[in-house]
Amino acid sequence: MAELCDLPADELARRLRATEVSAVDVAESALRRMEAVDERLHTFLTPTPDLAREQARAVDARLGDGSAVPAVAGIPLALKDVLTTKGIRSTAGSKILEPYVPPYDCTPWARLNAAGSVLVGKTNCDEFAMGSSNENSAFGPVRNPWNLDTVPGGSSGGSAAAVASGQAVWALGTDTGGSVRQPAALCGVVGLKPTYGRISRYGLIAFASSLDHVGTFTRSVRDAALLLSAIAGNDPLDATSLPEPARDYTEGLDGGARGLRVGVVEDWLTLEGIQPGVRDGVRGAIDRLERMGASVEEAKLPHADYALSAYYLIAPAECSSNLARYDGVRYGFRAEGRDVVEMNMKTRGAGFGDEVKRRIMLGTYALSAGYYEAYYGQAQKVRTLVIRDYEQAFERFDLLVGPTSPTTAFRLGEKTGDPLAMYLSDVFTIPSDLSGTPAISIPCGLAPDGLPVGFQIMGKLMDEATVLRAAHALEQDLGFSSRPPLLTEIGAGP
Amino acid sequence: MPVEIDVDHVARLARLALTPEERERFRRQLGLILEHAEKVGEVAADDVPPTSHPVPRSNVYRPDEIGPCLTPEEALAGAPEVEGGRFKVPRIVEQEE
Repeated sequence: MAELCDLPADELARRLRATEVSAVDVAESALRRMEAVDERLHTFLTPTPDLAREQARAVDARLGDGSAVPAVAGIPLALKDVLTTKGIRSTAGSKILEPYVPPYDCTPWARLNAAGSVLVGKTNCDEFAMGSSNENSAFGPVRNPWNLDTVPGGSSGGSAAAVASGQAVWALGTDTGGSVRQPAALCGVVGLKPTYGRISRYGLIAFASSLDHVGTFTRSVRDAALLLSAIAGNDPLDATSLPEPARDYTEGLDGGARGLRVGVVEDWLTLEGIQPGVRDGVRGAIDRLERMGASVEEAKLPHADYALSAYYLIAPAECSSNLARYDGVRYGFRAEGRDVVEMNMKTRGAGFGDEVKRRIMLGTYALSAGYYEAYYGQAQKVRTLVIRDYEQAFERFDLLVGPTSPTTAFRLGEKTGDPLAMYLSDVFTIPSDLSGTPAISIPCGLAPDGLPVGFQIMGKLMDEATVLRAAHALEQDLGFSSRPPLLTEIGAGP
Repeated sequence: MPVEIDVDHVARLARLALTPEERERFRRQLGLILEHAEKVGEVAADDVPPTSHPVPRSNVYRPDEIGPCLTPEEALAGAPEVEGGRFKVPRIVEQEE
């Protein structure tokens, strides 16, 4: 039967306040689940059970003396290993950072920690968040709890799998080209990427700074709103952080779908390569929105086809610059060399994996003398066109909807030999990263292959509220309650 | 047509030591990826301004206040090699060969 770790955070928070359960009970439940499944899923790079127990006891002490505690207090959390945690190894899934123990906390974790959050561990991910399957982790891939022969998606695959399997009640990840929404879709959980700058990136190990977003993994839309409320808001330590203070994103969540103007990105549903089960699941969800009183019409994003090409110039260009810091001098792995240049080259040659090297080289080439205008300069113009597409669409619509990813979870090894095929996994998620607009993926059912299908809802810049409201309404109507068969196998099924 | 790139030059710029097998594989793969990426040139007209950040902000300041920061020991704690409170690196001046 389902255990405490399978409940949503808002329900756990209620039970904690009513002293029906203790934070230690909740933490132990998540840690028992980790014990039961993590060996097979390889979700965590650094589990933190001792810290989780200590934090849970502290929450219980506060609850015991009648103190008010924040909504996130006592809720088991997992953090993607690109988010720095003081005193806790943070590898970014890379051999080059294998020994790295940060001397400071990233802001999202600093806020959650201060609010009594319970950290169960740092999750496995594609190296430096570059990948769509988690197979680029230097420490081995994560497996999808729905089918252990398939990938969990990437790059935040560990965070998605942790939440799907109940090893954490919620988790943070990062979304640069779809790395929160795509794994959320493939693992059957809710993945929210808010507006660019909504969540501070101070302490996020950078990949592509104009595209990196922190995002949330939860098993309900309400939990996504709760977790976002706890970490959003201006941070003076991040110059790209939005000036607005934090707010309560659960407000207005129950507003329903009636009256919402929904644009369907029809081109994405007729794309060659879209799996019929994904298309049908998404169409079914659109019908539900219409039945709930939303108006539904076709929307066009004419430059979305070019977004992928632009992304694979902009992201590598920025990564080639950001990853220049891994030089074997200040932190991480160092290989020996006769002089400093040879040391740098050998350190980076041995410390980075294939995909990271590919992107660094791609970016270096795109930025090098003589090629800058043809590649990076043109890509930045395409970015403008993608943003204009959204602006024009949002003159007519409140929200745009479509699939999150063209397929359900694919088999391990299926795309590792063909980088371009792998990149296509993010074709529907990349445009919102280029435009910085908020978007969410929620599960809208299972495809005939038994794997979850993700439904994507995209909103206007700064308008998380409408995205969350529509997602919540659809979630209630869908009543998706399936959990991975793995949980039934270990006796924890619904 | 796949784009032909000088892998050795790019690897040197990027400070990456590659094995011969990697060189050949990356040459082929990067050529294909760049061929796909060149599509950006089809629509990026001269009158389209470039965008560097999705939410443009400029002159972001914070108060210039003294706050806690890392101690030298903390800052050096992750370094592969340290000497006398400083990061230590191999010889910097290139050797005549």
